[in-house]
Amino acid sequence: MIVRITVNGDDRPFDVSGPDSLLSVLRRDLGLPGTKDACEQGECGSCTVELDGALVCSCLVMAVDADGCEVTTVEGLGDEDGLHPVQEAMLETGAVQCGFCTPGFVVAGAHLLDRNPHPTPLEVKEALAGNVCRCTGYGAITRAFELLAEPHPGDAQTGEES
Amino acid sequence: MEFVAARDLDDALDVKADEPDAALLAGGTDLMVDVNLAHHRPASVVSIRRVRELAGVDEHRIGAGVTWEQLEGSPHRALAQAARTVGSPQIRSVGTIGGNIGTASPAGDGLPWIAAADASIVVASRKRGERVVPWNEFFVGVKETSLEPDEVIIAVQVPGDVPESQEFAKVGVRNAMVISTVSCVVMRGDDGYRIALGSVAPTPIRATQAEALLNSARDITEPLLDELADVVSREVRPITDHRSTEAYRRHASGVLARRLVERTRP
Ligand SMILES: Cc1cc2nc3c(=O)[nH]c(=O)nc-3n(C[C@H](O)[C@H](O)[C@H](O)COP(=O)(O)OP(=O)(O)OC[C@H]3O[C@@H](n4cnc5c(N)ncnc54)[C@H](O)[C@@H]3O)c2cc1C
Ligand code: FES
Ligand code: FES
Repeated sequence: MIVRITVNGDDRPFDVSGPDSLLSVLRRDLGLPGTKDACEQGECGSCTVELDGALVCSCLVMAVDADGCEVTTVEGLGDEDGLHPVQEAMLETGAVQCGFCTPGFVVAGAHLLDRNPHPTPLEVKEALAGNVCRCTGYGAITRAFELLAEPHPGDAQTGEES
Repeated sequence: MEFVAARDLDDALDVKADEPDAALLAGGTDLMVDVNLAHHRPASVVSIRRVRELAGVDEHRIGAGVTWEQLEGSPHRALAQAARTVGSPQIRSVGTIGGNIGTASPAGDGLPWIAAADASIVVASRKRGERVVPWNEFFVGVKETSLEPDEVIIAVQVPGDVPESQEFAKVGVRNAMVISTVSCVVMRGDDGYRIALGSVAPTPIRATQAEALLNSARDITEPLLDELADVVSREVRPITDHRSTEAYRRHASGVLARRLVERTRP
């Protein structure tokens, strides 16, 4: 079956015949290994992507069912020349050790900040509850989001975000 | 693998009429775990996430395709509380109440609310048309329901007399991303208290003896609450498995029911 999806703004049609996950198609067929494959059961969040604006585990999306959808992966958020603010902040606080969980945290974190630019520590915890890190103990990751959540001088008055 | 992305309910019912074994795919958060880990290779799949007839929600009807993320804003307080505890944001964004009902796991967090509300499951097929099945006839065993192979779950039908005063809580090994060891819903209305529990029997259950005890009492006193916890602990039928023991589940059932009765007390 030919499936048409848009990944990070580009048309990326692919051919799939079984119930393969979007995760395996991204990594195997579309050459986008930034999205990580760990548990394949929705538990770890390392495969997190946005699918038509919704935060999902790509291991739980049947690839054929994504026909017509827009997908954003970590590769669409930043690269070596222009890191995403979440990536900058995680670098600054040393929130990366082995790095396997990082793409998932970056995508989930960017999704949160798009909707809620100044999340409270509890909101950050809840938003990242589906992402597991085996290395850092979360302290440095949490601190990265504390940096990001601080109101910036250029921002509009606080209190207006929902 | 054959794959149909159903555009509407007619599409889905047509495929199920021709091919009752076709797997219905909603959010995929249960089905894809089976595909990935149990190497389940369905010969035929019908995706129903675009079916608009399953998407609607109002106070008396919750479409099967309504996600946990949407239910976090439900006017039914205990259902919203349950929705907030399901999986993670990534699971709640796509996981549906219809999938929870279809899987019919004893640990399904939507099921105790359905039992406490005395709700029915609306199902449909080409052959039999629409059927409204009371929850206690729908859930018949561990991951077993009375859904016929050619049927699709359409909605949860919520009676008009569901009490406003209602609370949900669950016990698990941690706060986030956890499958229930025991879950409980208590409602208090004009007809008295209702107590439903999950993960303590093959299906969601009502603690009818405990309800009778409360509803025959004049006042909810401390000794009565102690007795209530006792009755609930004896009334449930849990097992020991990889998540917990029978003894702990009995204990936790009593504690949860007591706590939620206290929270719903006038
Ligand atoms: C990491 C993780 C954490 C989870 N945490 C929880 C939790 O805390 N609490 C909880 O209760 N569950 C949890 N689950 C299980 C799952 O997310 C829920 O049961 C969810 O509601 C399933 O919905 P879905 O739309 O994804 O179902 P799907 O996977 O699409 O479908 C599930 C089953 O129901 C059938 N089905 C779906 N829709 C219909 C319909 N309309 N008519 C007939 N049959 C249908 C499918 O064929 C399939 O057999 C978790 C799952 C994962 C992967
Ligand atoms: S690989 Fe998808 S959640 Fe772990
Ligand atoms: S940095 Fe290794 S898993 Fe998070």
